[in-house]
Amino acid sequence: MSTGRREFLARSGKLLFLTGAAQVAFDAVLRGEPTSAPNYQTAEHWWGMTIDVEKCIGCGNCVRACKEENDVPREPYYFRTWVERYHVPEGDADSPQVDSPNGGYDGFPERYRPGDGSKSFFVPKLCNHCAHSPCVQVCPVGATFESPDGVVLVDKTYCLGCRYCVQACPYGCRFIDPRTRTVDKCSLCYHRITKGLTTACCEACPTDARVLGDLKNPKDPIHEFLRTHKVQVLKPQMATGSKTYYNGLDGSVR
Amino acid sequence: MDGSFGHKGHLVRVAALFAASLVAFFVLRALFVPAGFGLYGHYRAGAIEENRLRPVAFAGRAACVECHSDVPDAMKGGPHERVRCEACHGPLAAHAGDPAEKKAVRPDSRVLCARCHAASVARPARFPQIDVADHAGQEACTTCHAAHNPLAPPATSAGPAPPTPGPQGGGQKGGTR
Amino acid sequence: MESILHGVEGYMYPNEMELQWSILIVLYPYITGLVAGAFILASLERVFRVESVRPTYRLALLTALAFLLVAPLPLQLHLGHPERSVQMYLTPHTASAMAMFGFVYLWYLMVVLLLEIWLDYRKDIVRLAGSTTSPLRHVYRVLTLGSRDVSEEALRADDRVGYVITLVGIPSAFLLHGYVGFIFGSVKANPWWSTPLMPIVFLFSAIVSGIAAVMLLYMAATRMRGAEIDMRCVDTIARYLFYAFIIDFSLEMLDLVHRIYEADESFHTLDFMVKTRLYLPHIIVQIVLGTLLPLGLLALTQLVKLTDGARRGTYALAGVLTLIGIFAMRWNVVIGGQLFSKSFLGYTTYKMEFASREGLLAAIVLMILPFLILWALVELLPPWTDATAEARHQA
Repeated sequence: MSTGRREFLARSGKLLFLTGAAQVAFDAVLRGEPTSAPNYQTAEHWWGMTIDVEKCIGCGNCVRACKEENDVPREPYYFRTWVERYHVPEGDADSPQVDSPNGGYDGFPERYRPGDGSKSFFVPKLCNHCAHSPCVQVCPVGATFESPDGVVLVDKTYCLGCRYCVQACPYGCRFIDPRTRTVDKCSLCYHRITKGLTTACCEACPTDARVLGDLKNPKDPIHEFLRTHKVQVLKPQMATGSKTYYNGLDGSVR
Repeated sequence: MDGSFGHKGHLVRVAALFAASLVAFFVLRALFVPAGFGLYGHYRAGAIEENRLRPVAFAGRAACVECHSDVPDAMKGGPHERVRCEACHGPLAAHAGDPAEKKAVRPDSRVLCARCHAASVARPARFPQIDVADHAGQEACTTCHAAHNPLAPPATSAGPAPPTPGPQGGGQKGGTR
Repeated sequence: MESILHGVEGYMYPNEMELQWSILIVLYPYITGLVAGAFILASLERVFRVESVRPTYRLALLTALAFLLVAPLPLQLHLGHPERSVQMYLTPHTASAMAMFGFVYLWYLMVVLLLEIWLDYRKDIVRLAGSTTSPLRHVYRVLTLGSRDVSEEALRADDRVGYVITLVGIPSAFLLHGYVGFIFGSVKANPWWSTPLMPIVFLFSAIVSGIAAVMLLYMAATRMRGAEIDMRCVDTIARYLFYAFIIDFSLEMLDLVHRIYEADESFHTLDFMVKTRLYLPHIIVQIVLGTLLPLGLLALTQLVKLTDGARRGTYALAGVLTLIGIFAMRWNVVIGGQLFSKSFLGYTTYKMEFASREGLLAAIVLMILPFLILWALVELLPPWTDATAEARHQA
């Protein structure tokens, strides 16, 4: 494509689809610069995520994308999101064999043979952004909190690094970033979703197994998804108010 | 002092010391509690904004299509129609912002395609997967498959066109939700 | 990190392979436990009028103070940002047990311990402010807060206020260490910790360790001074140690029996952990050597008439074993609670370093420090000088 045509398309696209303020922000997004989010009202959103276990192929795109987008330490073991592979031997849901080699970052080397009566599948995991979060409850200073739009965030300049929240999370989604010595975890790509983008993991997922959802948006496909699938959350007995909904979650999943 | 408080003067001094420390505590609190704390909840209001300030690494399909508008047409009707650009091409916000300076690198198909399509017992049975060595030997996948629409014949084909899909290799055309 | 991978058996969530809370966090409840226990022993005399333990009254208070001063140090060494710890006072999250501790600690240190010690020692402080010729006299002068009134009325006022403070101090001591139990007991994500019994178990094991510590310190210090050990005092202390230990042991057995009987989803993984990775610290050190053996020794002294020397030796042995056992209990709770995966499918190991910020060396130094502070306190405020102090108590 010639430069002239490219420029014309770019400019007319922008004019047609973007207001001035959003255009400034979008340009900054393209340049990769951090910027605030104009026109975003927290009261209009309530974020969650749906994960379709029946669609996950364990490619590890989400794990790599997240580490790239959020500058997560590459050396094991620090993960904002990871993928687990379950291998449930025939008739023994109580003793699944689970592995997550480097969190699924390099994919999964084949280990199991077909035809032995077992079932295997992949389960992506991340912060569940609980509405009644036990991690927020135990933070002694208010360095982790649930934003008004339902995202559990960390205030890195305020965190003491006491690790109480890491102990309190039933899902194991928190870790201490060795570089900042504060806690870190999935932020639902808050810097992206407040600008109309989707999370890095959902962006990179080739099968739409992971999809961001805005429960306050009546047009969001999450409502249809929750209505037409048998969904579950992880560890429902903990009553954490998890907003990560899984379709096809087997009973053996921990 | 002792006279006016009977013989409890020393206790009054202690009480005064405690009162003074209490006052000092509240003064220090007023001085050092960060601005905006407690505005929306028990946290620093500024933390919300700080969490929004991060550079973006993945630009999103809309940004790519601005310049590469021919690609969605090439993918139309194929099994990769819904796969977003950066799922295969990696994070490209830097490239989208400065296409001339920040070049994108074409991924090696042998590595890239196997990531999703190498056969695995844990992958859903309906998902198209192959034993890479059996299927392709040492050939690059793009020898027979156009990456954007793998079931269509590639523009420059060195080998035979891919076979028409049978009952198993249907792939996820459009995907169901 | 690579070495931790090799210590993992089964499956652990990727982020939980490395332990979050180290030996310093084992040390912290141990130290605050000693504080609470020592104070409870002191209150036996002050509030419950068990005058036979009077010789240990002041020593118990000073012991409590020495350990309380050291208590925040393991926490500071552990924090990723100790310079931000003041935030717990500026913006405490009232829902968090850890935040509220900051105030319980301050309350206990200032209002209970320091005030009680000051009131009890005031007469001696005033005297020493006048009589000391070394530079220490300035310290005493400051401690008098400018008042030299040691008349009968003043001392009676001191006594009354001191009584009230000790009275308030007992629930405060319960709160001080009970909250540590609650910090663990309220974490629903961890089935090894989550039980309503946790604060009570922690508290009674604290009382046991504190009583044992003061008993040993009294016997050792008296020996070092070349004085006579008051056997009536030590016998009484040992008896209270015995009673407290029985309650503590019963509570721990209750927890164990309950777990085994209900056998909920976590039971299998915890049972396996106790029988393998935790076998030495839990079964051998905590239960057999640290509980059953000292209980047996103390029971022996209650049932059989032993000579003074034999009793002293038995108490000393029981005391040391008790202290080791209670440390093992803290270890098993803190470290044990992190050795198994929350997926109930795997285990990891605790790789304790030696010379790092949270390593064994730091722990050893922090355990020695309170004894050094106690030694300094005993020099500054001798717990066993004159008969007049005894007489004032009796008045």
